[in-house]
Amino acid sequence: MAKTLFDKVWDQHIVSTNDDGSILLYIDRHLIHEVTSPQAFDGLRMANRQPWRCDAAMATPDHNVPTTQRDQGISDPVSRTQVQALDQNCQEFGIREFDMHDIRQGIVHVVGPEQGLILPGMTVVCGDSHTSTHGAFSALAMGIGTSEVEHVLATQCLIQKKPKTMRITVNNTLSDACSGKDIALYIIAQIGTAGGTGYTLEFAGKAITDLSMEGRMSLCNMAIEAGARSGLVAVDQTTLDYIVGRPFSPTGENLKQANAAWSQLHSDPDAVFDCEYSFDAQAISPQVTWGTSPEMGVGVDGSIPLLSQAKDDVQRESWKSALTYMGLSQGTPIQDIQIDSVFIGSCTNSRIEDLRAASKVVKGKQVASNIKQALIVSGSGLIKQQAEAEGLDVIFKEAGFEWREPGCSMCLAMNADRLAEGERCASTSNRNFEGRQGKGGRTHLVSPAIAAAAAIAGHFTDIR
Amino acid sequence: MQAFISLDGLVMPLDRANVDTDAIIPKQFLKSIKRTGYGPFLFDEWRYLDVGDVGMDCSQRPLNPDFVMNQARYQGASILLSRDNFGCGSSREHAPWALLDAGFRCVIAPSFADIFYNNCFKNGILPIVVAHEHLDTLFADCFANEAYQLSIDLAAQTLKTPSGDVLSFSVDDFRKHCLLHGLDDIGLTLQQQDAISTYEAKRKQEAPWLFS
Repeated sequence: MAKTLFDKVWDQHIVSTNDDGSILLYIDRHLIHEVTSPQAFDGLRMANRQPWRCDAAMATPDHNVPTTQRDQGISDPVSRTQVQALDQNCQEFGIREFDMHDIRQGIVHVVGPEQGLILPGMTVVCGDSHTSTHGAFSALAMGIGTSEVEHVLATQCLIQKKPKTMRITVNNTLSDACSGKDIALYIIAQIGTAGGTGYTLEFAGKAITDLSMEGRMSLCNMAIEAGARSGLVAVDQTTLDYIVGRPFSPTGENLKQANAAWSQLHSDPDAVFDCEYSFDAQAISPQVTWGTSPEMGVGVDGSIPLLSQAKDDVQRESWKSALTYMGLSQGTPIQDIQIDSVFIGSCTNSRIEDLRAASKVVKGKQVASNIKQALIVSGSGLIKQQAEAEGLDVIFKEAGFEWREPGCSMCLAMNADRLAEGERCASTSNRNFEGRQGKGGRTHLVSPAIAAAAAIAGHFTDIR
Repeated sequence: MQAFISLDGLVMPLDRANVDTDAIIPKQFLKSIKRTGYGPFLFDEWRYLDVGDVGMDCSQRPLNPDFVMNQARYQGASILLSRDNFGCGSSREHAPWALLDAGFRCVIAPSFADIFYNNCFKNGILPIVVAHEHLDTLFADCFANEAYQLSIDLAAQTLKTPSGDVLSFSVDDFRKHCLLHGLDDIGLTLQQQDAISTYEAKRKQEAPWLFS
């Protein structure tokens, strides 16, 4: 029977099937960070359990780490305790960790692929909803809660019900001014933040296969913002080229054997999906969100919708409340919105391609005088090093950006990087929820190129 | 985990869609390495007028009088009524921990985000999906009547209103079983350790690159 890509990966990981149809799903890779793991390790200790398979795990601190003066440690004692707890837990249980002073440290979803620890056909979990990122490699990757982190540590498995499948095809060629991020924001604006709830997504079509691995990771990263725990892209030459030569990637005979298996990781031509959407890449312009949900977005050449355009009263109320929070009015052209702050970083957009795209826009120009803060936060120490080797740091610093150490930073503002009350930010992160970047902070989600252009202009601007 | 068998509880209406887990428990409280103590910070940014931080004495903080949780009639509520896509966003289990710590054992909404929904069952909280047509009535009745209570019976999978209407809801058999008995599913999975080992041995042959 014809199978979808999801079916293939799912079927390969079934350990057993329970009476109610749920299955025990084997987990190949477990990514761990400091925020959602301490209670899980405590649980193991309390039950006197050991991790089932330590070599399947990889840990790195990212949410709490400072992005300045790292040699001085973490000044916030509560954050410091949490990062130290991760170090101690990894040491106690024998789990591989790239600690805060390791050049390989960074955002867990950036570090995993960069190290070759994410491979096609794997099942990947992490106590973080943006684990969907790794679907870019045809890995079935999903965010889990802390109880399930403990469950995976103890058993290397999860109890799962089979989700439904949805294919989202994006045909034709994407504009050079757009990226994987714009495709993600466009799709979410079309299907809504609950559009993918209960589904595993597969992204297909020319605009998707044209994307680099970085672009595919940005796209799959935001599958969760469409409500789906996982989003997949089929394996092709781009995938295979990315994997070769990374520290933990297979080599020699292992790689040859793996390549043969990975070449099967695509949906069969006559596979049937529970739901299908199709979009035209030519209709996608650079996207900017205007509200407090990732679905509240339009093209940079568009305007905030009128309340009368809402589909029902519940949506109208949501829009009204979002506009009040954001300090904006219905019908305002996006390019009339002035910003105070720029954040380029996060597990969505902090990879080398993102920094290159932003630097191209910035080169030889100056950050506008109304911008209070403009941050560039690499996704890992190695990306920061690579960018410096390419001279990108100089371009950014000369333009007036701050060049920071790697971590989650202002995406969720758990460390010192945050917006003040009422401050408006062009951000390459993934969530524009109320208070996400600081209480009262106002977030507009955009691509790195649009964030960079907004930093220079002081307001949103069309880069085409 | 605390078992959930039945509940007769006061209902608090949170009349908005897409309540995200950042709103349920903001990020600064995720720095704690414990499972408890999040209740006073539940819905922190809506509930208080100042900026909350870890370790604050919330009894001294200025309350937002407009937020539903600060109204006298909803004190002691154990059932939360809300709208579509409840619990979207971050996977933080601190969200159900905060709800539980503040006394909520049940959340009723027309739809839930997947990860939040799953996290509830791991913590003795019952998420109930009700159809939109019933939801509007529940909201209207809850606003109209002080001390509005619902009776929930998990074994029978029913929700009873004060006027005697009975709505049935669905829940997976396995999740229901764990919730009714307060079971730790790690222990259940470990009963299958031979199956896990057998699977691993087979996969090491088929796909050795996954184990290096």
